[in-house]
Amino acid sequence: MLLFLEQLLNGVQLSVTLLLMASGLTLVFGIMNLLNLAHGSLFMVGAYVAAWTTGVSGSWLLGLVAGAAAAFVTGIVIELVVMRRLYARDHLDQVLATFGLILFFNELVRLLWGIRPMRLDVPEALGGFVEIVPGAPYPLYRLAVIAAGAAVMLALAWLVQGTRVGMRIRAGSVDREMIGALGVDIGRLYTLVFALGALLAGLAGVLAGPFLAIQSGMGEPILILAFVVVVIGGIGSLKGAVAGSLLVGITDTLGRVYLPKITDAGPALSSMLIFLVMAVVLAVFPTGLYGRKS
Amino acid sequence: MPMKSAAAAAAAAALLLATAAAAQAADPVKVGMVTTLSTGAGYLGDHVRKGFELALEQAGVADRVTLLVEDDGLDPGTATQLTERMVERDGVKIMTGAIFSNVAMATIPKLVRNYDILYVSPNAGPAPLAGKGCHPRYFNTAYQNDNFAEVMGKYANEQNLKRVYLMAPNYQAGKDSIGGFKRFFKGEVVGEVYTKLNQTDYAAEIAELRAANPDAVYFFYPGGMGINFMKQFAQAGLADKVVALGPAFSFDDTLLDAVGDAAIGFFNGSQWSPDLDVAANKTFVDGYKAKFSEYPTLYAAQGYDTAQAIVAALQKTDWSTADMDALAAAMKQADFPSVRGEFAFGNNNHPIQDIYVREVFKDDTGNVTNRIATKGFDNHVDAYAAECEMK
Repeated sequence: MLLFLEQLLNGVQLSVTLLLMASGLTLVFGIMNLLNLAHGSLFMVGAYVAAWTTGVSGSWLLGLVAGAAAAFVTGIVIELVVMRRLYARDHLDQVLATFGLILFFNELVRLLWGIRPMRLDVPEALGGFVEIVPGAPYPLYRLAVIAAGAAVMLALAWLVQGTRVGMRIRAGSVDREMIGALGVDIGRLYTLVFALGALLAGLAGVLAGPFLAIQSGMGEPILILAFVVVVIGGIGSLKGAVAGSLLVGITDTLGRVYLPKITDAGPALSSMLIFLVMAVVLAVFPTGLYGRKS
Repeated sequence: MPMKSAAAAAAAAALLLATAAAAQAADPVKVGMVTTLSTGAGYLGDHVRKGFELALEQAGVADRVTLLVEDDGLDPGTATQLTERMVERDGVKIMTGAIFSNVAMATIPKLVRNYDILYVSPNAGPAPLAGKGCHPRYFNTAYQNDNFAEVMGKYANEQNLKRVYLMAPNYQAGKDSIGGFKRFFKGEVVGEVYTKLNQTDYAAEIAELRAANPDAVYFFYPGGMGINFMKQFAQAGLADKVVALGPAFSFDDTLLDAVGDAAIGFFNGSQWSPDLDVAANKTFVDGYKAKFSEYPTLYAAQGYDTAQAIVAALQKTDWSTADMDALAAAMKQADFPSVRGEFAFGNNNHPIQDIYVREVFKDDTGNVTNRIATKGFDNHVDAYAAECEMK
């Protein structure tokens, strides 16, 4: 039972990383109708720049800021140079172009930092353990990731629900032509939304950096899960992203632990599990949990 | 007059023959290397190539060998195309380079069956090629895949680690490695967990591991998976409670750089170590550090020995590749100063060699690297040699 609680916590921690990725993805997809496969590259950019900055400066906090900022700036540049040209195209063209971006960024980090994976350690202040479950020390850093992710999401919710910019973002996701007609500079709004998504992805990359090998292509496995989250939650819905992340993060974690104990086919089943969940959700809610009915 | 012209013709013919022979001697032998240079695992092939080139250079035969290098991108289809193109279009007679077993299985059996060539694997050593599918034209200068797992199973017995937890990705190589460990381990397996291939977060599995409270964990996580697992294992505070054992594939210096201090105190099985007290190894390690300003990995050592083995065979045939049977026979003698010391090919053309247990430590310069903890096997023969029909 206590172990189950700990596993639940692990599930929530995975959910937080997914949520940071999925919220940007769903905003961009929902508002700009843009399918961005290169979202994982922004995750990678965040992790790389944070690892490099931390290595050079010795300050983890500086690395965090630099990583998130680098992803934000990269987001702006990509939007201005590439994405702009894709809004009017269909989704297949977008998939092709953003897939090209993945290859470009994977090669770019290899040119800049070499093929050796880079390292980002857990910040020293967060290196300890907390005994939430007696006898099972839980790494403090993983708790901090949960807290940081939750705080960022609350801030995002406030931005979208409680500010003028947020109002425009929401309006844009409902009727793009109309808010353009009402005099909102839609170009600038798009750049902002895209860069915001990039910032969140970069932040996810920095926070996950200490768990992971920071190497070329590290963003792709998490991107696949993030897409599942977006589809389950409903495209364009932040509430859906929250629900989807928790569902995917917790199902995946618990499935990995408990399915192999029930059946020999467990390992194979558990890697399919979230896709089965997605299929069931789509069968009941064809546009996702919080998707707009078309 | 006719006499004279006949003599002239003979002289001319002799001259021609002589120049032809000279030209042949000067013509470098082509060696084709289709290896993995891109993807996250690209450094493996890169190190094999560097080791190979260093060996040619140090032996002073760099101008006698033309090394053709291509990247297979870790894709069996690409590897098939590239290897066949080298053999058919470029007339390459000696091929090498396979890093991954799936690429090796897709290319090597076809190549040695369909063409009059020699294949020397510098890394991949899948079981089928060591057993029933062995071939007189196929050599492996590295290891049989199970070797590093087997030595850790034996080591666990010797260290009195009675309860061991096993972890690997859910694919063939993972299952083979666990199988290799269990072949020698006599204690109790308290958990056997197969995770998703390329999984990044192991928090849930590590929590289960801790709950099982084993004496040791044996894990097979090559490449980036190894970095992820080791960091998270250490972050969970298990490093000083559970002895960590693995094959060398998670512990080369490139990966250790990315893991850092978290890997200190882990044990791993390998046929080579930078501190191996062998003259040829010192020449190799010093030469490698000087030329590339980085610590050599076992892949570089394997590339180095692969080049040495090929060059030794070519020297015996006077740099001729006309008679491939003769070249294969020369190859089999393994008459070269291996960085591993004693080295011989078994009946299945796979190495008979010592296998060591290495320990991760921090050296004087603050670099996290490997040193030998103990020798696990003397002249170890792989488990599949008996299934091979060759003598």
